[in-house]
Amino acid sequence: MTTPSLVLELKQVCKHFPGVKALQNVDLRLFAGEVHALLGENGAGKSTLIKVMTGALAKSSGDIYFNGQQCHFASPAAAQRAGISTVYQEVNLLPNLSVAQNLFLGHEPRRFGLIQHQKMQQQAQQLLLRFKLSIDVSAPLAQYSVAVQQLIAIARGVAMSAKVLVLDEPTASLDSGEVQMLFDVMRQLREQGVAIVFITHFLEQVYQISDRISVLRNGSKVGEYLTADLPRSQLIEAMLGKELQQLTEQHSATNTAKQAEPLLVLQQISVKGSLNDISLTVAKGQAVGLAGLLGSGRTEVCRAVYGVDVLSGGEIQFGGKTLTLQQPADAIKAGIALCPEERKTEGIIGPLSIRENIMLALQARRGWWRYLPVKQQQQLAAFYIDKLQIATPDADKPIEQLSGGNQQKVILARWLAINPQLLILDEPTRGIDIGAHAEIVLLIKSLCQQGMSLLVTSSELEELVAFAGKVVVLRDRQKVAELSGDNMTAQHIMQAIAEG
Amino acid sequence: MMSLRYLPLWITAALLCLLFGIGGWQFDGFASLAVVSNLFSDNAFLLIVALGMTLVIISGGIDLSVGAVIALSGVAVSLLISQYQWHPLAAFALILPAAALFGALMGMLIHVYKLQPFIVTLAGMFLARGLATTLSEESIAIDHSFYDAIAEFGFMLPGGGWVGASTMIFIVVLVLVIMLMHYSRFGACVYAIGGNSQSAQLMGVPVASTTIAIYALSSVLAALAGIVFTFYTFSGYALAGVGMELDAIAAVVIGGTLLTGGSGFVIGTVLGVLLMGVIQTYIIFDGSLSSWWTKIVIGLLLFGFIVLQKLLSRRTAITLAAGRAGHG
Amino acid sequence: MKPTQPCADSLQQARLARYSPGSTKASARYLWPLAALMLLLAVNLLLDAGFFQLSFQDGRLYGSLIDILNRSAPVALLAIGMSLVIATGGIDLSVGAVMAIAGSICANLLLQADLPLPLVIAAGLATGIAAGLINGTLVSYLKIQPIVATLLLMVAGRGVAQLINQGQIVTFLRPDFAWLGSGSWLGLPVPVWLVIVMFGLSQLLLRRTALGLFIEAVGCNATASRYLGINDKAIKLFVYAFAGFCAALAGMISAADIQGSDANNAGLWLELDAILAVVIGGAALSGGRFSLLLSVIGVLIIQSLSTTIIVSGLPAKFNLLIKAVVVLLVLLLQSDKFRRQLSSWWPKLRKWRKGGQP
Repeated sequence: MTTPSLVLELKQVCKHFPGVKALQNVDLRLFAGEVHALLGENGAGKSTLIKVMTGALAKSSGDIYFNGQQCHFASPAAAQRAGISTVYQEVNLLPNLSVAQNLFLGHEPRRFGLIQHQKMQQQAQQLLLRFKLSIDVSAPLAQYSVAVQQLIAIARGVAMSAKVLVLDEPTASLDSGEVQMLFDVMRQLREQGVAIVFITHFLEQVYQISDRISVLRNGSKVGEYLTADLPRSQLIEAMLGKELQQLTEQHSATNTAKQAEPLLVLQQISVKGSLNDISLTVAKGQAVGLAGLLGSGRTEVCRAVYGVDVLSGGEIQFGGKTLTLQQPADAIKAGIALCPEERKTEGIIGPLSIRENIMLALQARRGWWRYLPVKQQQQLAAFYIDKLQIATPDADKPIEQLSGGNQQKVILARWLAINPQLLILDEPTRGIDIGAHAEIVLLIKSLCQQGMSLLVTSSELEELVAFAGKVVVLRDRQKVAELSGDNMTAQHIMQAIAEG
Repeated sequence: MMSLRYLPLWITAALLCLLFGIGGWQFDGFASLAVVSNLFSDNAFLLIVALGMTLVIISGGIDLSVGAVIALSGVAVSLLISQYQWHPLAAFALILPAAALFGALMGMLIHVYKLQPFIVTLAGMFLARGLATTLSEESIAIDHSFYDAIAEFGFMLPGGGWVGASTMIFIVVLVLVIMLMHYSRFGACVYAIGGNSQSAQLMGVPVASTTIAIYALSSVLAALAGIVFTFYTFSGYALAGVGMELDAIAAVVIGGTLLTGGSGFVIGTVLGVLLMGVIQTYIIFDGSLSSWWTKIVIGLLLFGFIVLQKLLSRRTAITLAAGRAGHG
Repeated sequence: MKPTQPCADSLQQARLARYSPGSTKASARYLWPLAALMLLLAVNLLLDAGFFQLSFQDGRLYGSLIDILNRSAPVALLAIGMSLVIATGGIDLSVGAVMAIAGSICANLLLQADLPLPLVIAAGLATGIAAGLINGTLVSYLKIQPIVATLLLMVAGRGVAQLINQGQIVTFLRPDFAWLGSGSWLGLPVPVWLVIVMFGLSQLLLRRTALGLFIEAVGCNATASRYLGINDKAIKLFVYAFAGFCAALAGMISAADIQGSDANNAGLWLELDAILAVVIGGAALSGGRFSLLLSVIGVLIIQSLSTTIIVSGLPAKFNLLIKAVVVLLVLLLQSDKFRRQLSSWWPKLRKWRKGGQP
């Protein structure tokens, strides 16, 4: 093969948000007929880079060259017209429109200015056949599963006759058969000379499909490698960096093999459409990790134990008693607390102050008529700002102005103030900058050592191993393994996730 | 599953037929072409406004200013004709683009400054009504040969029905709006914005120009309805069309369009207006029922349709969840 | 003070917060509405030297200021209820219709001469609460959009009021009830007292307990509030019931004022005035922080504006037009983007002015 031609080049691209440098001097080269994997941990800047590249965000500085010419995309539509199509992480289609309309929105076949619905549906049918999808294209998109919607989104990108196709975590919600189907299509497109940017968390898939790898960390580019030349261990080192590795290497042996009585017992709990027959036990003072890929059911277990989703089968026992949970308030009453994964939409109450965000759970438990005096609120806030080292000039600042790490600390403070028996942490370090990351890891460790029972999910396995006395592995909404003691290593967890 | 989308439409149509049938069975002369053609000509202005409102609501917005725009265009037209001796057609040619500008400004405020449609069009309602009262507080009569000609324009249907200019204008508007909404790219964009404007933006929909065009169109249709209203009353009055926006919104909802946006059919709105008209006709024919029953019945109908839509969307959600479960 | 300062976007706010103590931020919210009210009153004083004059006759005060207060009373009551509804991110279009229903219930009960006054008042208030509970149930338990849910009662409610009145304007002769609308106590009209009492009690209920904070929390982020143990549905139910209660009280004042119940016109379009007042008071329709005081100031601004128009000798027909312009200005000032544009225009404008001067 001759040297591939350069399609898109980013030079020294920077993107600043208020208080955050999301991208610093990032270079990226995309070649025609190559699958280029873009890798990095959560918050490394992958999504920001994609958005800058496709016109969804304006860059702060730097240059973009497309087919050798310097260019500037004012909007996703402009990038799309030039031939850069993007399939975002969350399916960004319109569930209210039909499949065919979604595929051809803005490019509908017309005659005399009128849309030819029949022709459009025929073309849609043909297009989807390339993906081995044979569905009713006149039905609303909302009727189809997320996986099918994802494939339709990709098909839309392809239908735009793209020169560059960006796939932002397209496989997160697909099963292995569908992933292979997607890869077939990607190979087909590669043959046709399309440059594909492929973002994923699954390293297997990177080695299976990609030709070239770029790694980002903390908004900077670590390097560009040919996939064939890069051993997996070096890739992981490039992604994780040194700091986190050292931190997580201090394996905590403190909470192994404690023979305490069980606090939380899940007996074959099921939730319609999200969990099947899951059993697990958390002992008093024990930290239990939940591992699994996105969509494996780890967040769903947290939601079920917290009363967000109502059980369709099975039983939750807590402190020896059976719990019937209709809403989170029931769980809180029993002594369970949750730091949710979606911190912004489910955790913080943005415009309210740090003080109010800390005292609200305590207040909710006291009831609305027994208002906590402002002086006590201030003391409470001051105590936790000091104890958890929350970086803020004063307690009356709206919480939305804090960084992710400090927001997470405020939510932790909120629960520490009511001293729950069981604290559920769903992805506690997601989207948090490295400095605060280490602090929160240490904080959780110290909670563990103080004897609080924890149920922690994390996609960072090393981190999980560092906290937990036991790790439960989920796959496809079912429990597939329970690891503890010497078996509990990142490698073993990975194996369990992969093999089931 | 497919037919579920059309269910509210079918129910409205069935209710319409049912009520019409009951009326015809109970009263002489109810089930006649005369009543049907009156239904159209008496409600022509409401039908036209409601078509514009359908557009706005499908895009996920709302337009409270339409009643006031009807009054403003009526007053302006009759002022130009009676006081300044303009030819009616010249007056229309000035008023309709002016209304488009008015609507475009509201759309711009909504899109550019991210203000809520509800409050922007509320301000628009005050502005239009205020302008109308400023122009004239009294009703202005129109006496022009063109208007006499308009009143005579039309043809008889067998059985005593009369298809006049208003009905014809409505039918032309209806055809245009159906083409626009169901057969043009603009229509697809309106549905897309109503579904999720962020996704629509990412998929390359020109959200800004579409939003502005939607409100401009709604105002133009409202102004046209105001003109049609002057055909009906031979005058312009600043307090005409008070509360008309509510009737239009009610008709759109009864016609099966979701107030959350993104889903609905133009023809449903027509059925909605007709259903409301038939209820009114029935109450008039009955004679013993008081006029307030119209409001109460329409309120109950609205409630029924909203609950129905809730149930339908919940069912879709459940099927989707089941689909996911089956998939995993 | 530079107009760019209080209207900073979140970035500037963050910067400001670092340099200034927290207390000034809260008071900045009161600055604009209060300044607007003062400006209006000052304009009135310029137009009419006797504007601030009060006279004391027959045990009550008379004067333009008292007039403004008295006329504001029904909308002020509505605005107190509406503030809470809007704080939860909702809206209540039905309050005008609820006023009409409460008025018609009271008027018809008053025709039965032997019914004691407290019973009539209780019946009126209970009607309002019942109407509010219907709205609240639709919004929080059936999860219907607030605008739609309350539209139902807005459309049907007036019909219900007409049904109760059998299409007539029902008049009554009960001085004790009429006192609620036209009487006076300690020099002030009774409606003004009712607003003061309602305001005080609401303030106590909302700020001396955690209820106000819970309402704000639900309005800012209903999911997060539920996750930390607040019963968001009950909170929403409460605010609509509260708004219904306030509307019923306002409806009774209106009925008492004219000694009759007019189902067609009682409270007509007052819901829009109430919503406007809350928005002018600086509340966001998307929910969040509320201030009853600011909402009441918003009502006074709207009422003073109408008075200013009358005092200035402009025909009353300009009333709506001026109101529309004021509303648009307030809306624009609340928009982040407009403020940013304004703050980028401001230096240019100053430069231009300086350049213009020799």
